[in-house]
Amino acid sequence: MSASLDKGINAFKRQIDSSVAAFFSSCVHCGLCAEACLFYTETGDPKRTPINKTEPLRRIWKSEYTLFGRVGKMLGLTKKVDDKFLEEWQELVYDSCTLCGRCSMVCPVGNDIALMIRKTREGMAAAGQAPEGLIGATNRSVTIGSPMGVKWPALRAQIKHVEEDSGLKIPVDVEDVEYMLLLSSMEIMNFPEFIEAVAKIFDKAGATWTISSEAFEATNSGIQIGVSDIAAELVQRIVDVADKLRVKTVISPECGHAYMAIRWDGPNLVGKPFNFKVRHILEVMDDLRQQDRLKIATKESQKLTYHDPCQISRRGGVIDEPRRLIDMIADDFVEMPDGGKMNWCCGAGGGVSANERADEIRLKVFERKKAQLDEVKPDAIISACSNCRIHLEDGLEEYNMDIPLLSLTETIAEHLAED
Amino acid sequence: MTEIELLSWARGPGLQIATIIFVAGVVIRIFEIFLLGRKANLAEAKGGEMSNGLRTMITRTVPDRTTFKRSSVTIVSGYIFHIGLFIVCFLSAPHILFLKDVIGFGWPSLPTPVIDAFAVVTIIALLATLVNRLTNKVMRYLTNFEDLLTWFITFLPVVTGYIAFHRIGMTAPTLLAVHILSVELLMIIFPFTKLMHAFTLFIARWYNGAISGYRGVAS
Repeated sequence: MSASLDKGINAFKRQIDSSVAAFFSSCVHCGLCAEACLFYTETGDPKRTPINKTEPLRRIWKSEYTLFGRVGKMLGLTKKVDDKFLEEWQELVYDSCTLCGRCSMVCPVGNDIALMIRKTREGMAAAGQAPEGLIGATNRSVTIGSPMGVKWPALRAQIKHVEEDSGLKIPVDVEDVEYMLLLSSMEIMNFPEFIEAVAKIFDKAGATWTISSEAFEATNSGIQIGVSDIAAELVQRIVDVADKLRVKTVISPECGHAYMAIRWDGPNLVGKPFNFKVRHILEVMDDLRQQDRLKIATKESQKLTYHDPCQISRRGGVIDEPRRLIDMIADDFVEMPDGGKMNWCCGAGGGVSANERADEIRLKVFERKKAQLDEVKPDAIISACSNCRIHLEDGLEEYNMDIPLLSLTETIAEHLAED
Repeated sequence: MTEIELLSWARGPGLQIATIIFVAGVVIRIFEIFLLGRKANLAEAKGGEMSNGLRTMITRTVPDRTTFKRSSVTIVSGYIFHIGLFIVCFLSAPHILFLKDVIGFGWPSLPTPVIDAFAVVTIIALLATLVNRLTNKVMRYLTNFEDLLTWFITFLPVVTGYIAFHRIGMTAPTLLAVHILSVELLMIIFPFTKLMHAFTLFIARWYNGAISGYRGVAS
């Protein structure tokens, strides 16, 4: 990734469309977005107010895309965007925002502030103002195929273990199947149980599926860092394989931003609609449930709550599906306050977990999640994003809270009826 | 210039100039937004753009419970001054008569004591928003010159209107002229400042609802 201020300014310009112009024209500096953002509520630092994070993009919009701003620019009255300014904003744009989109839900004039910050990242990254951790993850994604550097032999080894443990065959590179499963590196390395769970569910449902040895990585660092052409390249790898194998549906695994990347951003990044459907694993299980292909034998008796991953719920639209699935396996389910589309972020999405510089603040803002959990006092937390899961485990340990974390897919698999 | 001449100027050429700047400015600003365009979404939709956009244009008027609890001062004072401004602007008898002269038709007004009470409430609410802006940590951080200017230019017509109505201090024509001039000032700076939100917030809300609704989420 070569970068410079000029490239950055051009990248900012390319991000401005009628929605962004309407958003900036409407902001009245009311400050309500601050109270919707855990990076403000838990630090009390006003510079972390969501709309303030978009200041670089606002300056470009004002000076280039408004008549009065252009006049001001000629008279030398507008605020400049230079390297020093962008460097100052880096920490706000990357370390203090998970793109969770809670601000976008409360802004009284209707600004989609998370989208504006996502767009701000495009300019920041092109100007060379992205955090080292994310640059590293992005480079690994391009050259190796995974942000964590996971290659096919590593996945092949995990698949072999899973096959030995479960006695089930994991299909690889099979053509003309119903589903092609993508995985996040996190799942491959830390939660291979997820692969086993999917294998069991599909086995019982009688579904045909496959994993591709060429394109198995679901995560997309290009989205997090804000480099659209890299994001597009990563999506294209999946599209090529899905077309080659003629799969009907590509499954996004338990990873929030991976779902955003392939389901909602994907076709727009590569510039054409897909020939296949994209569904989150929760949607797939809910479809199987509806078709009576997902049969449950036992239920959890412990008190469960559900942590909505932002990119899957609020930003992704998969809100009712997990609740219908949990209803099948839980006797005692309690919603967290603000649960559902207004849930509070875990604090580590949107590239924050890949950015070591943000380690301290992500654990600090976990206090918001702690407050939610303190009200519910669950015996266990269910979620559907391995990034949330890793960070929630981190946070719970940091605050000496002993609450186990469960994957919804894995929990469903445990309670399946034996024929 | 006599006070009658001042009043005539304010009601005549002054108003024409202010109206031209207001209308042309607003039209330019709105064109500026729409001319930028926006790419069509190529992902398979889970909900409708138009229906969700239209819904959010209305629903976003009401805050969610947690937001209300966390920002009640900002929300309550904001609501009161917006409603108050609307009532004293468009439901007072002299304003309706004035507008009837310009646009050719009128509508029923509220009784004078009611308008008077709303004017006082609006003035208090506007003062409260200023105090809030200067004391609330986030708002103080965000506040720039434009925020203070627009506050002042919005406050001015309400106060001058109240004074003119009660004939405090100067003679009636002068008070009325000052009131009309303060409204003209508001009209002139309107398109160049965040006061534009009165129009653009509906565009912004539509986009918000459309983007979210496309993914199946009611925002």
